[in-house]
Amino acid sequence: MLIKKPTGLTFSETTPKSVYVNRRNFLRGLGIAGAATVVGQRFASILSLSTSVQAGTKLATVKSAYTVDEKISSYNDVTHYNNFYEFGSEKSDPAKNAQNFKTIPWTVSVEGDVKTPRKFSLEEIMHLAPLEERIYRHRCVERWSIVVPWIGYSLSTILKLVEPLPTAKYVAFQSFYDLRVMPESRFTGLDYPYVEGLRLDEAMHPLALLCVGMYGETLPNQDGAPVRMVIPWKYGYKSIKSIVKIKLQGGEPPTSWNRQSSHEYGFYSNVNPNVDHPRWSQATERRLGEIFMHKTLMFNGYADQVASLYAGMDLKKFH
Amino acid sequence: MLPLLRKFLAGWWAKALVFSLALLPFLRIAWRVHRGNLTANPVEFLQHQTGDWTLRFLIFTLSITPFRKLLDLPELIRFRRMLGLFAFFYVSLHFLTYLGPDQSFNFAGMWKDVVKRPFITVGFAAFLLLIPLALTSTAGWIRRLGGKRWQALHRSIYVCACLGVIHYYWLVKSDIRKPVFYGALVAILLVWRAVNRLIKRKAPAVAHTTPLRAS
Repeated sequence: MLIKKPTGLTFSETTPKSVYVNRRNFLRGLGIAGAATVVGQRFASILSLSTSVQAGTKLATVKSAYTVDEKISSYNDVTHYNNFYEFGSEKSDPAKNAQNFKTIPWTVSVEGDVKTPRKFSLEEIMHLAPLEERIYRHRCVERWSIVVPWIGYSLSTILKLVEPLPTAKYVAFQSFYDLRVMPESRFTGLDYPYVEGLRLDEAMHPLALLCVGMYGETLPNQDGAPVRMVIPWKYGYKSIKSIVKIKLQGGEPPTSWNRQSSHEYGFYSNVNPNVDHPRWSQATERRLGEIFMHKTLMFNGYADQVASLYAGMDLKKFH
Repeated sequence: MLPLLRKFLAGWWAKALVFSLALLPFLRIAWRVHRGNLTANPVEFLQHQTGDWTLRFLIFTLSITPFRKLLDLPELIRFRRMLGLFAFFYVSLHFLTYLGPDQSFNFAGMWKDVVKRPFITVGFAAFLLLIPLALTSTAGWIRRLGGKRWQALHRSIYVCACLGVIHYYWLVKSDIRKPVFYGALVAILLVWRAVNRLIKRKAPAVAHTTPLRAS
C-alpha cells in the first residue's frame, strides 16, 4: 500500500495546465518545433487551445496524507472519457452534452436522522474546511482505471456538523436530475435521479472524499460538478456526481446500478479482484493511456485503511 | 438505366469499388492509430470499432440474397464472398485486440476466459465458426464440397450473426439501443429467408397439380 506522506508539491504546482490539458498536441508541437523553426507560433496556438478547453476556477489547497505516489492520468483523458449517464452512455457524451449544465447557484441538503438538518450552499461547502489535494486511484467496474488529483475534504466533516442521531445507520446520496438539461438520459437504461449509498461507518471513513475540484481547479461539468463523492476503494459508480441531497437513515438505501441489475452490482461494490463481475473478470484493469492490463488490488490498494470495515463479512455475498 | 446498372455491377469496376469501400473503415482506424487519435482508451476503441464493423459486414453479407431477389439484380451475388471475407477480416482484427492487449497473447489465460464468461464464449464461438467459412470461400472448395454441402456449411453464417448480436448484447451495461438495432436487422434478414422458404415449399405442390404438358 502506497499512501505516502506529502512530497511538498501539489499537482497544480508541478505541471502547468497548458501542458497536461493537451499533452498530445504539446508533444507533437515539440516535434514540429524541433524540425522547423516555428516554435513561437506553435506554442501560441497550443496555449490558446488549452484555455478554451475548460474555464475552471483555481482552488487553493493544502497537502494531504491521503495520497498515492503514482503517475497522474492525463487531464484530457479524465475530462473526455466519462461515465455520467445523465448526459449519455458513450464515454465521449458527457464532455459534449454537459456544457450547458448550470451549477450556479447550488445547494446540498443534508437531512434525515440528524440533529441539525440544513442546506449548504456551494460557497459554504467550499469553506467548511481547508481544501485538500488528494491523489487517489479510481477503478471503474468496466476494468479501466485512472489516478486523479481530487480536491476536497473528508465527508465526515459535514456529517459531524449536522450531528447524526443514533438511528442513522446509512447515508443516501442523490444526484441532480432535470430531463430538460439531460435529454440523453432517457436512452441509458437507468432510473433517475441517480442514487447511491454508504453505510455510516464507510461514509465517516476519512478516505471518503467530498470532492469539489480536481487538477487544481473546480470540477468540470462532465466530472460531476460542482460537488461529488470520491470513494477510492469502491468501483467508480459509487462515487456519485453532482450531489443535491445527502440523507442519513436507518435502512439500506437503494442504489442506481443495483436497481438496474442487482446480481451484477451490489450495495457495497468494493473493488475486489477475487469477486468477478458475472460477465467479466475483475482481476485486472487497464490504466487509461496504457495498452496492457495490470493486476487489480484488493480494495483498490486501500486495504490497510478500509479492510477492517468489512471484518467477518462474506465479500462474495456482500459484493 | 437498369441495363446500365446491371452492366456496371457485372464489371470489374464495381468489384474494385466495393472492395475500396469495405476497406475504408480499416483505413480510417489505421489513420487514427497513426495519429495517436484513439480516445483515452485506445484498446477499447479498437475493440469496439472492429466489433462494430464485423457485425455490419455480417449484415451486409446477409443482405445480398434478399436484395438480389427483391431488386431482381442477380449480379449482386458477385459481392457476397467479398463482403463475407471482410467480415472475417474485421473479426480477426477484433480477436487480435482481445488476444493481445487483454490477454497478453497468453492462450491458456484466454481459454480460461472463454470458458468462464458467456459473452466471451459466444463471441469466440462465432469467430471459430467463421474460420471454415473463410477457408472454403473459394471456387475450388465449392467444387470439392459440392454445391449442396457447401451451401449447408455456409448457412452457419446465420448462427454467427446471431451469436455476434448476443455477444454485443451481453457486453453492454444498460444502454441496449445498438445491440437491439443490429439484432433487429439480423432478425429481419433471417425471417425473410424463412418466409421465402415456406413460400417456395408450397410453390412446387401447386405446380404438380397443373398439367406438365399441354396435350
